[in-house]
Parts: sequence; C-alpha cells; structure tokens
Amino acid sequence: MSKYRLLAMFDGFDPAIDTINAIKAEKLAGVSVDDITVMSPIEHPDIDEILGDRPVNIQKFTFLGALFGVTFGFFFLSSAQASFLVQPQGGKPVIPFPSNFVLMYEMLIFFGVWTTVFAFLWMSGLFRKRGTLYSEKLTVDQVGIVVEVEEHQLENTRAFFNDHNALEIREEKA
Amino acid sequence: MAQVIQDKIIDENLKWSQINQDVIRSMQAPGKAYWITFAVCVAMFLTAVAAEIYQYKVGMGAAGLNNPHMWDMYIATFVFWIGMSHAGTLLSAILHIIHAQWRKPIYRFAEAMTTFSLMTAGFFPMIHLGRVWNLYWVLPYVSDRGIWPNFRSPLVWDAFAISTYLSASALFLVIGMIPDLAILRDHTKGWRKKFYGILALGWRGDDRQWRNFRKTYMLMACFLIPLAISVHSIVSSDFAMSIMPGWHVTTFPPYFVAGALYSGCAAIMTLFICLRYFFHMEEYMTKNIMEKTTKLTFAIAMVWTYLNLIEFASTWYGHNIYDKEVLISKATGPYAVVFWTMIICGSVVPFTLCFQKLRRHMPTMFVVSLLLQLGMYVERWMIVAPTLSQAHQPHQWDVLWAPVVQWAIVFGSFGWFALLFLVFVKLFPSVSMYEVKELTFHLQHEAEEEKWLADQEKHATPEGAREKPVTGRPGLEGA
Repeated sequence: MSKYRLLAMFDGFDPAIDTINAIKAEKLAGVSVDDITVMSPIEHPDIDEILGDRPVNIQKFTFLGALFGVTFGFFFLSSAQASFLVQPQGGKPVIPFPSNFVLMYEMLIFFGVWTTVFAFLWMSGLFRKRGTLYSEKLTVDQVGIVVEVEEHQLENTRAFFNDHNALEIREEKA
Repeated sequence: MAQVIQDKIIDENLKWSQINQDVIRSMQAPGKAYWITFAVCVAMFLTAVAAEIYQYKVGMGAAGLNNPHMWDMYIATFVFWIGMSHAGTLLSAILHIIHAQWRKPIYRFAEAMTTFSLMTAGFFPMIHLGRVWNLYWVLPYVSDRGIWPNFRSPLVWDAFAISTYLSASALFLVIGMIPDLAILRDHTKGWRKKFYGILALGWRGDDRQWRNFRKTYMLMACFLIPLAISVHSIVSSDFAMSIMPGWHVTTFPPYFVAGALYSGCAAIMTLFICLRYFFHMEEYMTKNIMEKTTKLTFAIAMVWTYLNLIEFASTWYGHNIYDKEVLISKATGPYAVVFWTMIICGSVVPFTLCFQKLRRHMPTMFVVSLLLQLGMYVERWMIVAPTLSQAHQPHQWDVLWAPVVQWAIVFGSFGWFALLFLVFVKLFPSVSMYEVKELTFHLQHEAEEEKWLADQEKHATPEGAREKPVTGRPGLEGA
C-alpha cells in the first residue's frame, strides 16, 4: 500500500493548534502527533509545546567546536612558536601562555561559531531533498500541517482537515 | 489611550502580507537619488584608490608618516570603523538575549553595518602597513621563512580577533536572514527568485527548522558579545600595551568598548533616519523605536564621558610628567580645537537626547547623530596624534596635520562603506520581515490580554467564570 503526504493550510495559528490538539486526542486514526510537521511564517512557542519534546542538539556541536578551537589554537600557535628556537629568546618563554590565551580565546569563538553554523545546516535538514509539498502562502500568513498517511486513510484525513477549517489541502505520493 | 498608542513600538495591526510587500518594495528598482548617491560613493572610493596607488608608488612619506608620526588618521579611522561595527552586536546580540522587542525592525541593517564596517576597517592596517605585499607575514603558520610573528604583540592579536569577528558577524547576518530570503524566494520573480532560491538554502519554515534556527541564533549571539568586547579590548591594547604617554592607561579597554558602542549607536541613528525617509519605512522605523535608540545612545554617551573623566583624573593625579604634559597639550596645545570638538560633540551634544520633543524630531536627531559621530571620530584621532606629537623625547616633538593623501583614503573609506550599504539595501531586506511579524503577533496578543483583563475588571465576574484567551508569545525566544 502506498503512502501519501498531505499538507493542510490554515488561516493562522489558532485553527492549526486546534487541529494538532485534535490529532493529539487521537481523532485522526493512524496519525500521531509525532508524525506531524508544522510549517509557519514565524516561530510559535505554543506549537513546540503541543508537538512535545523534539530535542535540538546543536549546542553539543557548538561545545565540541569550541573545545576543538581552543585546543587547536594552543597547538597551532605552539607549533609555530616552537620553530622560533633558533631565535635568541632573551629569557622569555618560547611558548608565552598569557598571550596565547588571548589567541586561543579567539580560536575558541571562531571554531565554536563555524561548528554551530554547520550543525544548524545539517540538523535542520536544509539541504535535504524533499517533496514538492509547499505553498508560498506559508511565508505570508498561513500555517501548514503535514501528515503522512496510508492510501486508504486519504479520504478520512481530507475530511478531518476540512472539518477543522483547512483553507486548502495539497497532497503528494510519499 | 493616546499615550498607549504613542508608546507602541509599531502598529500591531499591520497585515503580514503588507509587511512582505513593503520590504520587497523597498528593494525594487532604485530611483534617481539612489543612483546619484551611488555615483558619489563610487567617486569617493575611486579617489581613495588613486591616493593609495600614489602612496604605494611614492612611499609612506606621501601620507606624512614617519618617525615619530608613524600612526595617524589611518589607525584612527581603523579604530573608528572597528568601533562602528559594535552597533550590530549591541542591537542584534545583546538586545536579542535580553528579549528587547523593539530591536526587531531595525537590527538587520545594524548587523549589515557591522559586517561592512569590519570590511572597511580591514583595509586600514594594510594601507598603513606600507608594504602591502608582505601582509601575509602576520599569519602565524608554521614557517621556514625566517619570519617570527611576535605573538606577544597586540598587533598580531588584531589579525586573529578581526578575522574571527568578521567571519562570525557575517555568518550571524546571513543565518539570521534565511527565513527572509525564503520569503523573497517565494514572492519575487526572474533572477531574484533564482538568487534568493539559492541563498534560502531550502528553508520551508517547518518546526524542526525553526527550533534549530532559534537555538543557532541564540548560540551565535552568545559568542558574538564576548567576541565584540574582546576585539575592541585588543584594539585598545595596541595602544595600552605600549609605554607611550597617554596610551598606557588601564581603563583603555572599557573606554574603547564604550566608545565603540557609542559611535555604533550614533551610526544606527543616522542610517535609521535615512532608511525611514528614503525607503519610506515610517511604519517600521517608528519614532518610538528612535526614542529607545536615542535613550540607549545617551546612556552609553554618559558611560563614555565618565571613562574620559576617569582617564583625565588618573593622569592628573598620577603625576607622571609625560602623561600630564600630553593631557595639558591636548586641551591647550595645537590640537586643542580638535580636543574641544571631541568634548562638545561627545559629552555635551548628547544632552539634547534628554528632551522628548527633540528625540522625536527626526531632522534634529539626524544632525545630532552626525555630530556624535564626528565627536567619536576625532576622539580616535585624539588618541593617536597628540601622544605621537609629544612623546618622551622632546627633540622629536612635532605637530602633524594629515596630508591630502590620508584625507583622500579616509574619505574613500566612507564611500566604500556607503557603497556596500547601498548595494545591501537593494539586494537584501533591511527590515527583518519574520521578526516584525513576530512582533506584531506578540503585540496583538498582548492587546487582547489587556482587553480581557479590562473586561474582567469591568464586569467583576467571579473568578474562573471566564476563560482567559490563549496568548502565544512568539519572539520570546526560548532557545
């Protein structure tokens, strides 16, 4: 049996939130709240609350990136400074820690920022190939709910969305 | 009621489609005034290029730079542009973290300003260097070239700090623009549709993307704040870590940071008024937002004034004869006119910001913002020139007024900055559409809540008899 993806468009957040609540209350057979994707022109914290715990892990990458930055900074600078041994040091250390700390701090931020950006691009699935289910009205003022259902549930799902005042329903084969 | 309307940041009844249309309209075919300004900026920039070529051929003597005046307007301008870049960080990152809603319509161009002023600042160490072709010597890669970069020197720290700041602030600008680029992709035609389609990176605004977006934006803001402070502290170390009279001051790092925020805020005021009038953004760049910006500017101006006084006092009571002589010379010597211009523009003119009528009068604010920037520019020059004019060796005492080559390059840098900004406002949205939508949504729900509370009081119904309306709070980023 083939699967279909449906995009139901709503006029603002209130009807969309009502619809998600109804799905949560198991009023749409075969679809749970975990299967829902909500598309909206702005971020709405209530949506996050209703959809439940969907963790974001970018900060872990940020931490690793920053850690790498500070370590790399130290070894990068030290390896450059180590080649200064041929130079008379005049009693000064070959690897000066106080000034290296300043530069390691900059490296920490540099790598922290870049890792955060790469993690964002990866984890938000920006480059991922997706279906054609999309509407330009989603960047104006409408809110979309995407669900994936079996072919035999199509009629039911359409009716469910229509009952919840969907402005438009689009579908594609998954 | 009139007071409530006056206190609104923007009109919450703005239609979201209207917001899209207004911003896209501001990016469409430029008018005559735009092209004239563009031509002037190109001319300024080309003048600087010509001056630099001349300086390259003749040597740094053409700019009047020699011992003891090895630094002059180039370094002062470098510090000025670095300072200007702090505006974006302040408005975007700091105000984002503390959830100041009023920043939303104006932070985008401030972020762009950050990136462009860093791109402008970056030129000056190269120009000042003289031997531009040896610039790569500052890079600390492990080498067998017999070059030993001095890692104890703040000049090397500058290279690290500024390149980190430039890349981080450019990323902050680009990442923050992605949802807006998706709007442009969906609502423009022709080459623009393709262009924004690529830049939007496939943004669809689904819940996963929004969650990750908010977290990323917050994390980057958290990085940018200490970064900005470190950058200007390091720039101040260029001076403070030397033993030159007037430079070896412990308050220099906070003094530089305050000065940077100050000039950045003044620049935001100028650009705010330009965008408001030339791009008809009156509905987004409201007088209330201007008021908040001016209040912030005033607060920073007072911090800067205080740090100035502290510096004067510690020099005066420190009884270091050389430091004291430089201070006296600043106020009474050949550079006295510049010094008092700095004091008047930097510490006296800001008091105009105390008056509400003036704060809401845009032509006055435009003039004030330019005066503040003039004050902050000459402040940077007053740091550099007097110390070099009157250092430890009396036989070296000298007065330098910058030759035309320096002036041409400095003016050209303003042309370059304006050029970048002019291109930006026509290619990218200078107002963040999605954040303005969040703001209106938030304000609408606040108004509903207030109305509900007023209704409750009026009817004095038993508690719990009425259901409180659901109030979403977008914009209170929960990352």
